[in-house]
Amino acid sequence: MPEYLLPDVGEGLTEAEIVTWKVKVGDQVAINDVVVEIETAKSLVELPSPYAGEVTAILVAEGETVPVGTPIIAIGAPAEATGEAPESPASDPKADMVIDLSNPAASGGGEGESLVGRNKADRGPTRRARRPLVEAAGERTARADVHDLYNQNATDQHAKVEHIVSAVLGDAEHQARAAGEPTAGPVSLPAETPAATEAAGDVRVLAKPPVRKLAKDLGVDLRSLEPTGPDGTVSRADVEQAAGAPGSDTPTPGGPGYAASGAPGERETREPIKGVRKMMASAMTDSAFSAPHVTEWMTIDATATLDLVARLKERREFKGVKVSPLLVFARAVLLAMRRTPMINSTWDEAAGEVVVKHYVNLGIAAATPRGLVVPNVKDAHALSLVELARAIEELTATAREGRTQPADMASGTFTITNVGVFGVDAGTPIINRGESAILCMGAIQPKPWVVGDQVVPRQVTTIALSFDHRHIDGATGSQFLADVAGIISDPATALLF
Amino acid sequence: MTHADGGFGPDLVEVFGPRQEDGGPELIQLLSPEGERIHHPEFDMDFSADQLRGFYRDMVLVRRIDVEATALQRHGELGIWAQLLGQEAAQIGAGRAARPQDFVFPTYREHGVAWCRGLDPLKLLGLFRGVDHGDWDPSEYNFSLYTIVIGAQTLHATGYAMGMQRDGVVGTGDPERDAAVLAHFGDGASSQGDVNESFIFAASYNAPVVFFCQNNQWAISEPIERQSRIPLFQRALGFGFPGLRVDGNDVLATYAVTQAALQRARDGQGPTLVEAYTYRMGAHTTTDDPTRYRVSDDVERWKLKDPIARLEVYLKRNGLADEQFFADLAEEAAALGHTLREGCKAMPDPKPLDIFDRVYSETTPELVAQRDGFAAYLATFEGAH
Repeated sequence: MPEYLLPDVGEGLTEAEIVTWKVKVGDQVAINDVVVEIETAKSLVELPSPYAGEVTAILVAEGETVPVGTPIIAIGAPAEATGEAPESPASDPKADMVIDLSNPAASGGGEGESLVGRNKADRGPTRRARRPLVEAAGERTARADVHDLYNQNATDQHAKVEHIVSAVLGDAEHQARAAGEPTAGPVSLPAETPAATEAAGDVRVLAKPPVRKLAKDLGVDLRSLEPTGPDGTVSRADVEQAAGAPGSDTPTPGGPGYAASGAPGERETREPIKGVRKMMASAMTDSAFSAPHVTEWMTIDATATLDLVARLKERREFKGVKVSPLLVFARAVLLAMRRTPMINSTWDEAAGEVVVKHYVNLGIAAATPRGLVVPNVKDAHALSLVELARAIEELTATAREGRTQPADMASGTFTITNVGVFGVDAGTPIINRGESAILCMGAIQPKPWVVGDQVVPRQVTTIALSFDHRHIDGATGSQFLADVAGIISDPATALLF
Repeated sequence: MTHADGGFGPDLVEVFGPRQEDGGPELIQLLSPEGERIHHPEFDMDFSADQLRGFYRDMVLVRRIDVEATALQRHGELGIWAQLLGQEAAQIGAGRAARPQDFVFPTYREHGVAWCRGLDPLKLLGLFRGVDHGDWDPSEYNFSLYTIVIGAQTLHATGYAMGMQRDGVVGTGDPERDAAVLAHFGDGASSQGDVNESFIFAASYNAPVVFFCQNNQWAISEPIERQSRIPLFQRALGFGFPGLRVDGNDVLATYAVTQAALQRARDGQGPTLVEAYTYRMGAHTTTDDPTRYRVSDDVERWKLKDPIARLEVYLKRNGLADEQFFADLAEEAAALGHTLREGCKAMPDPKPLDIFDRVYSETTPELVAQRDGFAAYLATFEGAH
């Protein structure tokens, strides 16, 4: 009876933890079918079976750490199936084979369809559409031809090639899927910046990369945890504990499927207030009840801004740079602050002072797979428009990939939150802790608008400004909001600042 | 031509244009990612159906070797494996362009080139399994040993090419006799002193060497943007020889360009730098985890440029290969996988004394004494032989 000995999948690793078995006793496996996911000090790795046949014994339980060379699974010869039937067939073979190849090096390849990607047929056709690529129209047509050809004439060989590619590259899809599901719902108001009160760079949590990945997947902020691992590292158990149920998908508040997430017959689901959620709650409460908020609204005609965006896109300097209304809003905010610098300040309770900043670290609230984060563009006031565009693009891309560093979120001085992307008109934003004001962008939609004495369709939006009424009076707040609105309605007025 | 900030010197963007995501206008391509033939004014070629099927078969089998070896590492049968996934066209195109009399210097990832030189893939596995030192006879295949030291082989290659000049096998006009050297390296190695020195020597001596750089965009975790401010192929001009950028995922263009550069070298016209623009779809090695440093978007984009898929589309669309061909090839690939698995596990462990036979071609008296002393020591153990 061949036994699979735990290999050294890195160079000189001595042990690994069995994370998840992908097969169970009684399952038939082919050579190079993925049987188990293990975690080493370096990464999460999936192991392909060296043997074909029936799984006769799982020799190491999930969660156990064993030395390299330990037999972990016994696999019988294909014909060796005994009369003793397995208790039940795999609950859902496809579900079993949904493989997170987060490490492209993780898995080997194998005997055609027996390789991972068994469920490729399900996801294949939609895979490429999920991430639209920047292509010329003609190119896309050509690609469509290619796909048709694939679909009609896919030979076994071709399927293998595709399987191999998709298996080895599976991470891309996985991440794309994750990124495609905004976890912050429509109530996407900015969270606090967890590190705002600490000096940048102070916050360095020690955790192995697989644990970091787990934390990211489960939406747990490593910095919120009490490390119990060796040498003060955050362990897998710490993360799982913080996430509530080990290995389960923790539903995100307001996220898709929230209402349906309860077990049948259960009228309520209790979820622990931990991790990102706990920190967001504390920051929101702190800000909302320490700073008396005033929110003002304005509905404006943003047609000229959309025209400007379209014109900027055509310019050579902006080639390859993302230009959006957010960019114009960011610039408008930076300019408007020149007339009302108090907007860009901090209430220093301890010192009994108001600190007016002569620089702007402009925060952009971003919905990410791990929750809401507010990274900021450092010294945004000193950037040219194209530099600002690049900085915002980079910052939001980093946030969406879940790679935002604590330093990126620290020391913000003003925040813009764009709930318009969720199709919402506007909201009453809560000031990011440590700041004094926040601007909320609503959806820009065509609506009837009165120009002169005519009703004409215009691109209309509502913007909202919340400010700290302890030190910003109504006149200052209104002036700022009106200045921003002025630039959005007529970007030429930017020359006035 | 000055910097916006008022400094001196040329503005790189003005000289070389903005950074190009897709290889830029100088990218030589004969087969588009969609599998359409492109005609190039300088490097266009006619390919027979046999030749095209041959390229396809090479790439499929080489990918199979790579995938199987990766699995063998996960089975605990190999210590490590350097994956070539995504670079099949660059390697087959270059490998097939070399003639038997040419001499090839590989890195440690040239499994496809090794295949073209007729090296049994099991010999590669022996190195990565740690049962030998990758000690095939280079003169048997005109294929040097795998070189782990980054870029070192380019110096060996240039020296070898200078030797060819002295042997009088360059520029004689006899196609059976004239030879050149094909030196492989990667974008990461382009930052090494060795590579730059070999460029200088090759230029100074007009050595018959083709520097073939597979720019797979990643030096382990370091992106190419941090290695070079200008497209790599442009660097050749500074050394005084031509540089070309070819679509490294296009086997036809890679073949055409490499064989033209090799012919130029054989004719005595000196070195060429060929930058094969490609992408490392897998990890640096089985010990690496690229999700920690690169963006899935890029991988997704390059997936659409797969070197095998585009040739398959071309073959099918033009009726150059039938279903039987693909079925037979699938079977051949499966059999190759089986052979590699079984062959790998059957490799004998090396004997302690073997190392003494592998150092010098003629053993020195001192080494003989050391060997005998070690043998006597081993004999003191019970059951030793």
